[in-house]
Amino acid sequence: MAKATAQAAGTVPAFYVTEEEHAHPGGSTMLGFWLYLMSDCLVFAVLFATYGVLGRNYAAGPSGADLFDLKLVAVNTAMLLFSSITYGFAMLAMDKGRQAAVQGWLVVTALFGLAFLGIELYEFAHLIHEGATPMRSAFLSSFFTLVGTHGLHVTFGLIWLAVLMTQVSKHGLIEANRRRLMCLSMFWHFLDVVWIGVFTFVYLMGVLK
Amino acid sequence: MTSYPDWWKLIFGRFTLEAIPYHEPILIGTFAAVALGGIVVLALITRYRLWGYLWHEWFTSVDHKKIGIMYMILGVIMLLRGFADALMMRGQQAIAFAGNEGYLPPHHYDQIFTAHGVIMIFFVAMPFVTGLMNYVVPLQIGARDVAFPFLNNFSFWMTVGGAVLIMASLFIGEFAKVGWLAYPPLSGAAYSPGVGMDYYLWGLQIAGIGTTLSGVNLIATIVKMRAPGMDMMKMPVFTWTSLCTNVLIVATFPILAATLALLTLDRYVGTNFFTNDLGGNPMMYVNLIWIWGHPEVYILILPIFGVYSEVASAFCGKRLFGYASMVYATVVITILSYLVWLHHFFTMGSGASVNSFFGITTMIISIPTGAKIFNWLFTMYRGRIRFELPMMWLLAFMITFVIGGMTGVMLAVPPADFVLHNSLFLIAHFHNVIIGGVVFGVFAGIAYWFPKAFGFKLDRFWGVLSFWFWVIGFYVAFMPLYILGLMGVTRRLSRFEDPSLQIFFVIAAVGAVLIALGILCFLIQIGVSILRREQLRDTTGDPWDGRTLEWSTSSPPPAYNFAFTPIVHDLDAWADMKKRGFTRPLAGFRPIHMPRNTGAGVIIAGLATLCGFALIWYIWWLAALSFVAVLATVIIHTFNYDRDFHIPADEVVQAEDARTQLLGRA
Amino acid sequence: MDLENVSSRNGEASTLLRIFRIIAVLPLFALLGGCQWVLLAPSGDVALQQRNLLLASTALMLLVIVPVMALTIFFAWRYRASAKAAYDPDWNHSLPLEVVIWSVPLLIIIVIGAMTWMGTHLLDPYRPLNRIAAGKPIVEARAGSSAVRKQPLVIEVVALDWKWLFLYPAQGIASLNEVVAPVDQPIEFRITSSAVMNSLFIPALAGQIYAMPGMQTKLNAVINHPGEFEGFSANYSGAGFSDMRFRFRGVDDAAFGEWVQSAIRGGSTLGREEYLVLERPSEREAVRYFRDVPSDLFTAILNMCVDRAKMCTRDMMAMDAKGGGGKEGIHTVAALEYDKSVRRGGQPLPPRPFVMAICTPTDVYGAAGLSARAVN
Repeated sequence: MAKATAQAAGTVPAFYVTEEEHAHPGGSTMLGFWLYLMSDCLVFAVLFATYGVLGRNYAAGPSGADLFDLKLVAVNTAMLLFSSITYGFAMLAMDKGRQAAVQGWLVVTALFGLAFLGIELYEFAHLIHEGATPMRSAFLSSFFTLVGTHGLHVTFGLIWLAVLMTQVSKHGLIEANRRRLMCLSMFWHFLDVVWIGVFTFVYLMGVLK
Repeated sequence: MTSYPDWWKLIFGRFTLEAIPYHEPILIGTFAAVALGGIVVLALITRYRLWGYLWHEWFTSVDHKKIGIMYMILGVIMLLRGFADALMMRGQQAIAFAGNEGYLPPHHYDQIFTAHGVIMIFFVAMPFVTGLMNYVVPLQIGARDVAFPFLNNFSFWMTVGGAVLIMASLFIGEFAKVGWLAYPPLSGAAYSPGVGMDYYLWGLQIAGIGTTLSGVNLIATIVKMRAPGMDMMKMPVFTWTSLCTNVLIVATFPILAATLALLTLDRYVGTNFFTNDLGGNPMMYVNLIWIWGHPEVYILILPIFGVYSEVASAFCGKRLFGYASMVYATVVITILSYLVWLHHFFTMGSGASVNSFFGITTMIISIPTGAKIFNWLFTMYRGRIRFELPMMWLLAFMITFVIGGMTGVMLAVPPADFVLHNSLFLIAHFHNVIIGGVVFGVFAGIAYWFPKAFGFKLDRFWGVLSFWFWVIGFYVAFMPLYILGLMGVTRRLSRFEDPSLQIFFVIAAVGAVLIALGILCFLIQIGVSILRREQLRDTTGDPWDGRTLEWSTSSPPPAYNFAFTPIVHDLDAWADMKKRGFTRPLAGFRPIHMPRNTGAGVIIAGLATLCGFALIWYIWWLAALSFVAVLATVIIHTFNYDRDFHIPADEVVQAEDARTQLLGRA
Repeated sequence: MDLENVSSRNGEASTLLRIFRIIAVLPLFALLGGCQWVLLAPSGDVALQQRNLLLASTALMLLVIVPVMALTIFFAWRYRASAKAAYDPDWNHSLPLEVVIWSVPLLIIIVIGAMTWMGTHLLDPYRPLNRIAAGKPIVEARAGSSAVRKQPLVIEVVALDWKWLFLYPAQGIASLNEVVAPVDQPIEFRITSSAVMNSLFIPALAGQIYAMPGMQTKLNAVINHPGEFEGFSANYSGAGFSDMRFRFRGVDDAAFGEWVQSAIRGGSTLGREEYLVLERPSEREAVRYFRDVPSDLFTAILNMCVDRAKMCTRDMMAMDAKGGGGKEGIHTVAALEYDKSVRRGGQPLPPRPFVMAICTPTDVYGAAGLSARAVN
C-alpha cells in the first residue's frame, strides 16, 4: 500500500493515506466464509454431541447394527469423496482459466453429489418403510437429524453449484465468479470432512457394537 | 371450540377466529393503541411523502451507520414492549395476595414473564449492543463500511423479522408460557401444544440467523479492515471487546440454532430428543441451551465494558489505565465464559465434584472482571473528570455492578445456590448486572455517540432526570427482590399467600414506576434535543475532546466516513493526532469506492418471516411457497454483479469543503 | 466553560455522590431486620451450614467491594474537573498496582474457592448426613455400644401437576401436600416427577433439588426445631405452579407416630389405579392421607410404568444396554410413550405413523419385561 504523505517531512508523521490501493471488494470474503463454515461446524458439533448422548437409546427398538447396510453406505461415501476430487479438478482447471473444463468437472461433481443424495434418500425411505422412523427412538431421531442435516447441506450445495454454473457460463471466469467457486469449494470439502465423521462415528461404530 | 371444515384447515392451517384474543380487554386495548399509533405514523409518512426516502435512504441502506441507528430504534421500540410486560408483572405481584387473584390469570401472566425475558434479551439488549458495534466499530478502526455491507442490512432485517413474530403473537394467538429458556418437557408438544412455543422457536430462529451473520461480518471487519498502523494492541478497547463479543456470537449462536431446531423437530415431526418418551433426554436441552446462554450474557456485557472504557478515558481526559491488562481480561473472560454453563443448574444434582468445578470457574471470571473495575477506577486517578452524562452512567455502573458481581459470586457457591437458585435473589442479581451493567452502558453509549451520529448533543436536563429516575428506580425496584429472595420467595409466581411479603412487592412496583419515568424522560430528552438541535449543535465533530478515530471525522460523518484513510501511530489515535499537530487535508480528494444499496435484504427477511408465520400456524402451502421465494430471491440476488459504485471526487470535495467552512465558523 | 456552569456541575456531582453513599448503605440497614428471613435463620442444620457459607463468602467479597465503592466515590470527587487536583494525562500504567489489582481478587477467590470445594462436597445433597447439628455427630453403631446410629427416615417425593405426593415406604402411608418428620431425625428424600421438571424446596430445612421425570434425585437433611414450615416448587412447571405449595412439619417422635397412625386410620387407599387418577393435573389440592401404599409404587412412578400397559424405563434401558430390541421391537411404541398431552388440556398428539402394539406386551418385553412384571 502506498503511503505517501501530505506533509513531506519534519517531525509530523503521515496521518492518512493519500493514494489508496485499488479497491477490491470481497477482500474479506474468504475469512468471512471460513467463519461461517466454523459456525456451521458448531451446528454439526451439537448434532454429533446429541448423537453421542442419545445414540444408544434404542427405546427397545432396533440399533444401528440391526439397520445399517454398510455396503450401501460405503458406496455412498465413495460418491461424496469422488465428488470432492472432481471439484478439486474443477478448481485446477479454473486456475488455468479453462472455462469448459471447469464446467465439465462441475457437472461430474454434481452427478456424484446427486448419486450421493439418491442413495441417502433410498436408505431413508427403506428405514422408514421398515418402521425405523425418526419418531421411533431417540437414537433414530438423532441419526436422522445428523445425517439429514448433512444431506440438506449437500442439497443446498447442489443448488448453489447449478447457480454458479449458470453464472460462469454467463460471465466467464471473472474475479467474482472465481471467488464464488472458491467458497463453494470450501463448502463442498467441508461437507466431505463432516461426512467422514458421520461415516466413522455413526455407521462404522454403530455396526461394530 | 367450533370445528372448522377441511378447506379452512387447508388454507389457514390451525388458525381459527378464536385465536384472536378479542375476549381479553387488556390485549384489545393494547391492540387498539398500537393500531391507532401505527395508522397515525403510516398516515404521517404518506402525508409527507417519506416512503421513497425511507426505502431508498434507510431500509435498503448498506451504510453501517444507518443500520446501526436502525438497530438502536428497534431496541427502543422493543424496550417499551418489554418494559410494559415488566410493569404488568410488578403490578400483578404487588396486589395478588391472600386470596386476591390479581388482574392477570396464570395463562396470561405466564406469557408475560416469558415474553419479558425473551424480548429484553433478544430484542432489546442485543439490538442495542449490535447497534452500537455497527455504528462505532468501522469508525474507530478507520474503515468506510463493514466487510459485508449487504449482509449487514440482511442481518438487521432478520432481527426485525424475529421481533415482528414475537409482537404478532400478542394479537394473533398467544405467546409461550414456559419461561424465557423454554425447558422441555414443559415446552414440548405434549405440555405446550399451542402456537405460543412455535412463535418462540421461529422468532428466535429467524433473529438468530441475523445475529450470527452479523457476528461473522464484524469479525471480518475488525480483522481485515483496520486502518494501516493499527495493530491488534493499538485497537481501541471498544473494538477489542466487540471483537471478543462477535467471536462469542459466532461460537455460540449456532448452538442455540441447533438446539432450538431439535426442539422444533420434537414439536413438529414427533422426534424424541427432549421428550420423556422413547429414550429422549430433557436434561440435554438444559445443558445445550446454557452452553449458548452463559456466553450470551458476556456477549451483552463485553461491548458495554468497551463503552465504559471509552467513556472513562474521554471524560477523565487521560489514557485508559492498564490497556494491556484490559485486553487480556477481555480475552480471558471470553474463553472462561464457555466453562461455566453448569452453574445455571447446580440443583440438577450433578454431583459435588462437577458442581465445584463449575462453581470455581465461575468465580475465576470475577478476577478479570474485578481487574477491569480497578482499571476504570485508576483511570479516574489523576484525571480531570467532567461529569457529563456518560461519565455519570459510568459511576452509577461502577457502584451498582460490584453489588451484582458480589451476589453473582454468592450464587456461584453451589451450596449457597441450592437455597438461592430460582429465587427472587437470582432475579435481583441478573437485573443488577444487566440493568446496572448493560442498560446503564447503553445509555452511556447513546449519550456519548449521539452527537457523532446526529451532529448535536443530547439535552442535559432531561438526561440527568432520566439518569436519576433510572438509578434510584433500579435500587427501589430490585433491593426488595434481594430481600424477598432471602425470605425464600421463588420466581414466576403469580400469587402469594403470606401477606407480610406484600410491602416488598409494593416497593418494587414503585421502583418499576420510577424506571418507567426514566424511560419517559429519555424519550422526552430525544424529542427536546431534536427541537433544540440548533443550540445543541456540534460543528467540530469532536464535542467531548475524544481520543479515538471516530471523533476525527465530521458529525454526522459523511457516507464514506473518511475522505482519506487514516494512518495510526499510537493507541488513542485521534488524541495522538491532535497532540502531534495533525492538519486536516483540504485537497487531493479522489473518487471513493462504496457499496450500493439493495432491497434484497428487506425482501428476503420479509419472506423468511412470512415463512416462519406460516410454519407457526401450520399453513403448509404458504410455508412452502415463501421458502421457495426466499431461495429464489437469494439466487436472483447473486445474479446482480453491479454491487458498488464510486462517489465522484466532486461530491467528496463539496462535502469536505462544507466541513471546512463549518470548522472555520466554530 | 463559564463559572456558573462549573459550579452547577460541581453541585450535581456532589449530589450524585451523596445519593450514592446513601444507596450503598441501604442494604446494610435492611440486614438489621434479618430475623424473619428464612434463609438467614433456618431451622435445619443443612440450611444453616448453607447460610454460613453464604455469609462467609459475602464477608470475604466485601473486603474488595467496600474499598472499590469508597475509592470510586473518592476519586470521582477528588479528581472532578473543577477541583484542579493533580492531573497526569499520560499516567496509564503501574506494574505494582497491576499486580495488586489482579492478585487481591485472586487471593480472595482462592479462599472462596477452597470453601466452595469443601462446602460442596460436605453439603452434597446425595451425601448421608454425618451430624444432626453442630456438636451432635451421628455415631456409627458398634456392637456393645449404647450409641445407635439413627437410620434416616426415607421419604419418597413425587412432583405431580400441580401438587406434591410424599410416600413413606417404611410406614406404608402417603400424604398429599403435607410432609411430617421427627425433629433431629436424618431424612432422606428420594425425588422424582410425574411429567415435567419441578424443584423441591423447603427453605427452612435445606437447599432445593430438581424433581425430574424418569430420574431420581436425593436430598439428605434434618430438621432441628419443631414447627410448621413452607415448602414449594422452585421451578416453573405450568399453569398451576403458583399454588404448588405444601406444609413441612417438624414434630417430636411421639407426634410423628401419632401422625402416622392417624394416616393409617383415616387415609384412603392409594394403589396404582388411584395414583393414575391422582396424577391428572389439578390445582390447590387439600391435604390428604393415604394408607396401604404398595411398596413398589415409587419405583413404578420413577420408571413411568404405573400404568401396566407401559414398559418400565428400567427394562427399556436394560434392553438398550444389550443392543436394543432389534427389528422385532420396532412396533412397541405405545408402551413407551409417557407424555400426557390430553391430560394437560391439549389436543392429542399426532398418531405415530405405524402400527401400535401388534403383539401382546409379554412378547414384547421379552425376558426382562417378564421379570419386571413378576416383581410388580
